[in-house]
Amino acid sequence: MVAMHGCDSAKDEGHCMRSKRSERLAHRPVNRETFIEPWPEVGLIAFDSPLDPSPSLEIDNGVVVEMDGVRREEFDLIDHFIVRHSLNLDVADRAMATPSREIARMLVDINVPRATILELTTGCTPAKMLDIVQQMSVLEMMMGLAKMRARRTPANQAHVTNRKEHPALLAADAAEAALRGFAEVETTIGVTRYAPLNALAVLVGSQTGRAGVLTQCAVEESVNLRLGFKGLTSYSETLSVYGTEDTFIDGDDTPWSKAFLGAAYASRGVKTRYTSGTGAAALMGHSEGKSMLYLEARCLLITRGAGSQGTQNGSISCIALPESLPGGVRAVLAENLIAMMLGLEVASGNDALASHSEIRKTAKLMLQFIPGTDFITSGYGAIPRYDNMFGGGDFDVTELDDWYVLQRDMQVDGGLMPVTEEAVLRVRERAARAIQAVFAALGFPPITESEVEAAITAYDSDDMPDRDKMADIEAAHTLLYGPLTVVDVIQILEEAGFQDVAANILEMQRQRVIGDYLQPSAIFGDDFQVLSVVTDPNDYQGPGTGYRLEGERWSVLQDLPQAWDPRTYLESLGGVQETLWLEEIGPADRGDQLEVVIALGPAFGAEINHTIGGLDHRDVLSALLQGIQDEGVHARVVRAHHTSDCAFIGYAGAQLSGSGVAIGIQSKGTTVIHKRDLAPLDNLELFSQAPNLDLDTYRRIGRNAARYATGQPVTPVSVKIDNTARLRLIVQTTLLHLYETQQVERDRPPTELRVS
Amino acid sequence: MASNTVRTATGRTLDDLNIEAIWARELTAEDFRISGQTLRHQAETAEAAGYRQLAENLLRAAELVGVPNEEVLDIYDVLRPGRRTYDDLLGLADRLERDLAAPLTAAFVREAAEVYRERGILLKSGSSSE
Repeated sequence: MVAMHGCDSAKDEGHCMRSKRSERLAHRPVNRETFIEPWPEVGLIAFDSPLDPSPSLEIDNGVVVEMDGVRREEFDLIDHFIVRHSLNLDVADRAMATPSREIARMLVDINVPRATILELTTGCTPAKMLDIVQQMSVLEMMMGLAKMRARRTPANQAHVTNRKEHPALLAADAAEAALRGFAEVETTIGVTRYAPLNALAVLVGSQTGRAGVLTQCAVEESVNLRLGFKGLTSYSETLSVYGTEDTFIDGDDTPWSKAFLGAAYASRGVKTRYTSGTGAAALMGHSEGKSMLYLEARCLLITRGAGSQGTQNGSISCIALPESLPGGVRAVLAENLIAMMLGLEVASGNDALASHSEIRKTAKLMLQFIPGTDFITSGYGAIPRYDNMFGGGDFDVTELDDWYVLQRDMQVDGGLMPVTEEAVLRVRERAARAIQAVFAALGFPPITESEVEAAITAYDSDDMPDRDKMADIEAAHTLLYGPLTVVDVIQILEEAGFQDVAANILEMQRQRVIGDYLQPSAIFGDDFQVLSVVTDPNDYQGPGTGYRLEGERWSVLQDLPQAWDPRTYLESLGGVQETLWLEEIGPADRGDQLEVVIALGPAFGAEINHTIGGLDHRDVLSALLQGIQDEGVHARVVRAHHTSDCAFIGYAGAQLSGSGVAIGIQSKGTTVIHKRDLAPLDNLELFSQAPNLDLDTYRRIGRNAARYATGQPVTPVSVKIDNTARLRLIVQTTLLHLYETQQVERDRPPTELRVS
Repeated sequence: MASNTVRTATGRTLDDLNIEAIWARELTAEDFRISGQTLRHQAETAEAAGYRQLAENLLRAAELVGVPNEEVLDIYDVLRPGRRTYDDLLGLADRLERDLAAPLTAAFVREAAEVYRERGILLKSGSSSE
C-alpha cells in the first residue's frame, strides 16, 4: 500500500497519513492567509501580466501619438492625462532610448546622484518604469529607496481614531502620538458627521504634544475640503487615483477632477498627497488584465502629472491582495520605488493589517524601514487595533516598544522617539483638558472631569464613558457649517490658560500663509523649521553620505526607559552580606580520607550572595553539604582564588580531595562534579544552566558526588531544561561572572573555609 | 520663502498675525489665507527644484485663492464624470477666464472637456443640469 500524502478529498478518508508537524504548520498564523495562483486575465497578478504592454513612445511634432503600444486614437482618460501632463517630452526620447537595465543600475550606483535619475525618469512611460524596476532584486530596490527618497530625514505618520469618536480620548491620543515623534497624525470617523469634532480634537491634541505636527481627517472630499477651509486640518491624503479608466469612473472622479481638487487644497494652504496602490483596480473589477504593478505605475504618473507633491502608496488598504500572489511584496516595494523615481514624497504603506504572521508582517516592514522613506508607515496605529477606524492597522500602540527596539538594534531612524510614562501622562492630561476647555467655551456638549480622567489613562475607548452622540453630531454640524473657525479655537485656548497650545496652533496658521510646507516631502522639525526636498533634500550617495542616525538623535533613540545601567547591577542584588559566614582558616591541603571537596568560586558568599536563579548562597551550600551527608560521606569546603572558571574551580577541588571527587561551584550557581584524574575541561557531571537549578537539585548533586567518591553506581542528576534561560539572563550571567572574575588572584592557592 | 515678503490673501503681514490681534478680535480665518502671490513664489521654488507639474498646480491654486469656497466645491463637482455637458464645461471655462481671472484653470477645464467628450463621459447634450 502506498502512503497518501495529505487528504485532498473525501475519498482519501481512512487512507491518508497526516504528519503531526504538518498539523502544526497548518495552524501557524501565516496559514490563516490566502495564497492563490496568478490569474492574469482578471488582474490577479503582481507583475508581468501577458497583457502588460512593452514600453513605447512615439512623438510627432511635440504630440504623443503612441504610448506603451496604444495609439492616440485608442487613448483612455489616463493615457490622455499622462501624455499631456506627466511626461517630460524634452527628455522622453533620451529616457526611452536608455536601456532599462542601465537606469536600474544607475539607481544602485552610488556615483549617480538622485537628480540625474529624476531627470531621466520624468521622461519614462508607465511600462518603461515597470521595465526598470523589473531588473531589480528587493535588495537593489531598497538601495534605490535610500537614494531616491525625497526628504533626507525619514519620518512617520500615526493613525488616531476611536470607536466612540470620543474627543477627549482623540485629543489625548493625538498628544501622545505627537510626543512620540510622529510628524503627521491622521484621524477619520465611523460616522461622517463627526468629522469636524474629530479634526478639532486631533488638532488641539497634536499641538499639545509637540509643535508642528501636521494633521488631517480622512473623509469624503467636500467635507475634507471644508475642514481645510476652516483651518482644522493642515494636510490631506484622501485624493485617490486609479490605474484604469473604469476604476476612475467608479471612484466618481477623473484625473482632471482630482488635479483640480489638488489645486483647491493648495489654494487654501493645505498640503496634499494622492493615494493609490497595487491591487485596487483588480479589487474593483476593472484591471483590463493588466498587472497590479503596471496599473500602479500609471497611477503614479497621474499623481506626478496632476502636480501632487507626493503619494501614499504601497498597496495601502489592498495589501493582502498582492500578498496573496507570488512576488506581491516585491511589487509593493517596487511601487514605492517608482513613486520616488518620480520625485514624489512617499508615505510608504505598512498601514493596513498585512499579515496574521508577526514574522511576515515585520519582514515586509523591513523593506521600507531599513532604507527609510518619507513616512515609513502611512499610518501607524497610535491606538489599540480595536479602535483603529482605518480598518485595523498593521502596527499598533502595543507594538511601540518593538519599534523602538528595532530602531535601537539597527541604528535606524524609524521616526519615533522613546518617551517616559510620566511625560505621556502629562501631555495626555493637558490635551484632554485643552479640548475640554474648547468644548466648554464653544457651548458644545461638556467634557466632564471623569471623561478627562478616563482619557489620561485609557487603554481603548471601552475605558471611556459614553457620550450623547446626537448632541455631539449637532455640535459638529455647527462647527462645520457655522461661522466658527480655528481662530476662535486659538482665542479660547489662550483665554483658558493653554497659551502654548494656542501659540502652536497660531503658528500652524501662519505657516499656512507662508506655504513652504507645500513643497515636496515637507514636515516640520523643531521650531517649525520646514524639512522638505527644498530645505532637506536627500543627498545619499553611499557610505558616509545622506541621513545618518548619529549624535544627539541617536542618543535619544537608544535611550529606552526600560534600559538600565549595568554598573548598578551588583548593588541591586543587595551588596555584601553583613555577617561573615565563611571564614578562611588557612591554605587548603590535600586530604587523605574519603571525602568530597566543595570548591567555591572567588566571590561565593562574599562579594556575591545569590545565584542567578535567586538562591541564597548559604542555602545552596547547605543543600550540597546535606546531599553529601545523606550518603554518609565527609565534606570539606575550600575557596578557589586563582580562577573564576567553573571547570577549573572543580578541577582544583578535585586535586585537594582525599577521594579525588569534588564539586565546583561558581557564584552564579553553575556547578560541576569533577574528578582528579580527568582533564580540567572534562567532568563527571556539569550543570551549566544555573537559573534552572533549585535547592533539591543541589542536594542531589551533593549526593551523586558522594556516591562517585564511594564508588557506588550513580544515575546522573536530571535537570529541567529551559532554552530561554540564556536569552533572558545572558546579561546577568555576564555581570555575575565579571564580578567573580574581578576577585580572581591568579597566584593565590585555594584556602580552607569554615562554614558557620 | 523670506517671511518679511509674505502677505496674506487679505494683505496682512506675518507680523500682523499674532495672539494680541486674535485677542482683540482683529483677525478672522480669512486673514490666515495664503495669497496668490505667495503661491506663485512657491511655484517658482518648485519649478527650480525640478517639479514642473507641482509648479503648475500651485499656479492653478494661485488662481483659486479668490474663488469662494462654495464655488470651488461646485467646480470640483462639475469636473466629476457624467455631471455636465460639453457646453457646460466650456461655459465654466469661460467664466473662470473672464470673471475669476483664472486662465490656467480655464484651459485645464477646456482640456478636460475635450477628453471627456472623446471618452464619452459627459452628460448628454440636451439634458443639461444647469
